[in-house]
Amino acid sequence: MASAPMQAVQPNSVKEIFKTLSYGPAPEADNVAQAWLDDHERSFGHFIDGKWVKPEGRKTYQTKNPATGQNLATTLQGTNDDVDMAVKSARHAYESWNKTPPHVRARYMYSVARHIQKHQRLVAVIEAMDNGKPIRETRDADIPIVVRHWYHHAGWAQLMDTEMKGWQPVGVVGAIVPWNFPLMLMTWKVCAALAMGNTIVLKPATYTRLSALLMAEICSEAGLPPGVFNVITGSGQMGSALAEHPDVDKVAFTGSTQVGQTLRRLIAGTGKKLSLELGGKSAVIVFETADLDSTVEGLVDAIWFNQGQVCSAGSRLLVQESVYGRLVEKLKTRLTHFRLGDSLDKTIDMGAIVDESQRKSVEEFVEDARKEGAEVYQATASFPARGCYYPPTLITNVQTVSRVVAEEIFGPVLVVLPFRTAKEAITLANNSMYGLAGSVWTENLSLAMEVAISIKAGTIWVNSHNMFDAAAGFGGYRQSGYGRDGGKEGLYEYVRPAWESRPRPAYLVNLDLKTFGATIPQRPTLDDGTSKGKIPKVDRTYKMYYGGAQKRPDAEYARPVINPDGKVIGHVGEGNRKDLRNAVEAAHAASPGWGKRAAHNRAQIVYYMAENLEIRREEIAGRLADMTGRSLEDGLREVDLSISRLFHWGAYADKFGGTVQETTLYGATLKIHEPVGVIGIACPDSYPLLAFVSLFAPAVVRGNTIVIVPSEKYPLMAMDFYQVFDTSDLPEGVVNIITGDRNHLSKFLAEHQDVQAMWYFGCAEGSKYVEYISAENVKRTWVNYGLDRDWEDADQGQGDEFLYQAVQVKNIWVPMGDVFAN
Amino acid sequence: MAAGNPGVEFDEAWIQNVYVNLSATKRRAEVLGTRRTVKKQWQAAWELRAVACIDLTTLAGDDTLSNVNRLCFKAKSPVRPDLLKALEMDDVGLTVGAVCVYPNRVADAINSLKAAGGSHIPVASVATGFPCGQTPLKTRLEEIRMAVADGAREIDIVINRQLALTGDWKGIYEEVRMMKEACSDAHMKTILATGELGTLVNVYKASLVCMMAGADFIKTSTGKEGVNATLMVGLVMVRAIREYFERTGYKVGFKPAGGIRSAKDACTWLSLMKEELGDEWTQPELFRLGASTLLVDIERQLFHFVYGRYAAAHEIPMS
Repeated sequence: MASAPMQAVQPNSVKEIFKTLSYGPAPEADNVAQAWLDDHERSFGHFIDGKWVKPEGRKTYQTKNPATGQNLATTLQGTNDDVDMAVKSARHAYESWNKTPPHVRARYMYSVARHIQKHQRLVAVIEAMDNGKPIRETRDADIPIVVRHWYHHAGWAQLMDTEMKGWQPVGVVGAIVPWNFPLMLMTWKVCAALAMGNTIVLKPATYTRLSALLMAEICSEAGLPPGVFNVITGSGQMGSALAEHPDVDKVAFTGSTQVGQTLRRLIAGTGKKLSLELGGKSAVIVFETADLDSTVEGLVDAIWFNQGQVCSAGSRLLVQESVYGRLVEKLKTRLTHFRLGDSLDKTIDMGAIVDESQRKSVEEFVEDARKEGAEVYQATASFPARGCYYPPTLITNVQTVSRVVAEEIFGPVLVVLPFRTAKEAITLANNSMYGLAGSVWTENLSLAMEVAISIKAGTIWVNSHNMFDAAAGFGGYRQSGYGRDGGKEGLYEYVRPAWESRPRPAYLVNLDLKTFGATIPQRPTLDDGTSKGKIPKVDRTYKMYYGGAQKRPDAEYARPVINPDGKVIGHVGEGNRKDLRNAVEAAHAASPGWGKRAAHNRAQIVYYMAENLEIRREEIAGRLADMTGRSLEDGLREVDLSISRLFHWGAYADKFGGTVQETTLYGATLKIHEPVGVIGIACPDSYPLLAFVSLFAPAVVRGNTIVIVPSEKYPLMAMDFYQVFDTSDLPEGVVNIITGDRNHLSKFLAEHQDVQAMWYFGCAEGSKYVEYISAENVKRTWVNYGLDRDWEDADQGQGDEFLYQAVQVKNIWVPMGDVFAN
Repeated sequence: MAAGNPGVEFDEAWIQNVYVNLSATKRRAEVLGTRRTVKKQWQAAWELRAVACIDLTTLAGDDTLSNVNRLCFKAKSPVRPDLLKALEMDDVGLTVGAVCVYPNRVADAINSLKAAGGSHIPVASVATGFPCGQTPLKTRLEEIRMAVADGAREIDIVINRQLALTGDWKGIYEEVRMMKEACSDAHMKTILATGELGTLVNVYKASLVCMMAGADFIKTSTGKEGVNATLMVGLVMVRAIREYFERTGYKVGFKPAGGIRSAKDACTWLSLMKEELGDEWTQPELFRLGASTLLVDIERQLFHFVYGRYAAAHEIPMS
């Protein structure tokens, strides 16, 4: 190119830009979105029963574009009356929607998918304006995922009778979703709910209500029957009212751990189902064998996608020490050309933070870190003069003790920690109260898979981060919640077993949290005179059984086992919190080894138990009869059923490991059914042997270790069973038995922070207590609300429900590809 | 052109432990065009910059003086004067970056450019048994010397794929080193023929080895392989350029070639350079687009910017 004498050039003239090659604004047109808002006179009501509803006298909320501060529209602050109206509408619609043939439901959902596609640009623009996120993301990620969910779940509606045989809809679902992916997260709830025959009342987040309201309109255009999908807007208090509404059968929540815990407590003991998708502090683990340049871009996807306001954001970067310096330098360089701007600008990497209060909270975290002496690197290469923005931030020189390392910031802030070995990386990654997601970066696939399996989280991406698809469930371990959104695993959150109707324990069970489970150990009993003149039998002393050995009860109290005739037929130990503590420790010690055992080996052990039980068939049946006052035939049947059940679960030991999910990924998305961890189990009094077997067997075949409280009234069978365990090669600590007062022991199991799930089969009060207290560490619970089930019945005693409870789903995304060109 | 790259001693350690993840690289390549876009006068200006970076190319068996002559005149006046005037760019002296031909046509090109008043535009010649390189080293080197003697100021050599595929990186280094010597003062672009290298790891290694051997530019492809200039491959190569710069302080240029036909693509390539290497690498001294038909699309886009109407191809002077 020749150099000609250049005159002074105008800013932003072609000549000037030709010289500098600068970027300019590239705005997406918002005219259609503005027209849609105008159509509604910028004032929205609720969408109930297929109509816009604007009750009189409601307060309003002004919704804004965080990038510009511009007012978009006013929305209603609903009241309890509005909740009631919406739930009534959903209940009414449920009566017909639930009976609508699966194929017809599928056609409705297919129609909705098509209609969203028709309006996808409008939806993308509204979402970007309302939330502040880049149009590139709503256009290329949020909305395509939404559409894909509708198509995928239209398929589940079609296949419900075959694929979800034995399950029925729950009823009316109350869904509460956050502001970070307003439409996408709402869709994750709505699709699964509708496909399984439920109807829904949705409460969008305060900051971001518009896309849900637009969606209601689109569903109506698509012909979805009135009342099937209702949207009400309001405060968090209205959200609580929705969750608490007696006619809501299931609460589906995505949001903060704190609010999730509040909801758990609020609806404890009501018989409602609950799924929680909560916070996270997900690790990005980078090994020296990683493609570091690609890792940098992966980190952009991990922590600067949606301004870092992503529950699965890769906010903790763990880097192998040997490449730590290089990666940090590369990241800093990357940030020098990172662009922030208006959500409708197509030349940006990151948009605005949803609201000033959120921006401030992020800022406080970073300032705290600065005060601690952390090194804070912020890129301000392109920082808009106005609007609610926070720069992409990299924090080094921090450690596990720092608040920014431990807590969820929910903003564009990445903390970096070095590690030495893979083992240390795994330990650091798992050193968190959360367990939502994570990613592993290495070209060594053996290493990647082992690390992926070892991280306690619901989703692990290999050499990638933040990929989502309707065919793979998303959800957490630990305090990141329970239940999954997406995939077949997600459907179980919206169904209950076909034999079961919704438990409705007296709505407010009388429960005193302070005194629940209090107990005074038993004292000696008087002989009833029947043993007079006889030589005493050799006394059999039943102790606790944990860590593979019999242990004396810590408190050295005993409780008599009394048969229906009032005769004392033995004594068992009176367990207390210390016995439980020891048992939980033993269970944890056994857990890693048991989980890693070949499934074949676990099956063999359970079959061996059946064999050993068979040998003692008559003896145990006799004791059952003695203890419960039932006939010997009944006892024999219970033993035979127990043997059959052991076979059933032995069979499942190697047939429920997971599947390959058919996501849009080029590669493999592996669904792994992992053990839940240490499960506390409180057995019912009915069927003291069969219920005990029915509960422990599915748990242990799927790799869990357990602390089990046998029937409070008739615990002797379980104590007989430890001899069966001992002779069946069951490793020590896999099954631990603590006898005593059911509620007393359940209280301490449910309160134990290192028990991952609690299965409780007792009274309504106890069920409520277990659900309530489990909120503390977001423990998974399975309780019976004081209702007994028919343990002899196959559906009730060994249905799919047991498998669902015994595993947690992890999805591992493994992209493939190395073949290129010729 | 820039000062050029003198090269460094072959160091095998640089190409050990090279990791390139294809799927992750591809994901980044796919969003390059969606994270950045230019509109209005930015688009026009970027398109004009792309013009300045074009190596306007004809590499066909039936090339003769007449089409080379036409190409050279177009190289001198790549955009219609009325468009340049409307854009207030008529005083810039905009030309393409170079004219690229076979060795036998170098003299024709030199004479044509002289006739067009564009002698300052360099002529680039492909060489070394282009496109396959399956000829004896001796004749490959001689080809370079003859093209340089005919007046070529830039030489686009092809690397020996047989050596790359058998892992003889030292062998490639030595050949390219000799070619660099044969180029004398002419700038050397090394064509990796990435479509024939099998893996992205090989693309990265070949990039580093050629730069060590003194390549002034690394170039994706001859335009004759099954897969030519894709953004994914380009990304791998510019990352290698970045590493070489970090290690040595020498700036090596990049030339994607083959399959770049639309103005939009050209802007995305410019944006890739700007994002990954910085503004300096968007200048013709360090960035060239090997293309033959791209110019027509750019001119039509500029026409639309200036007149607000879509141009017919026949309204644009052909090259």
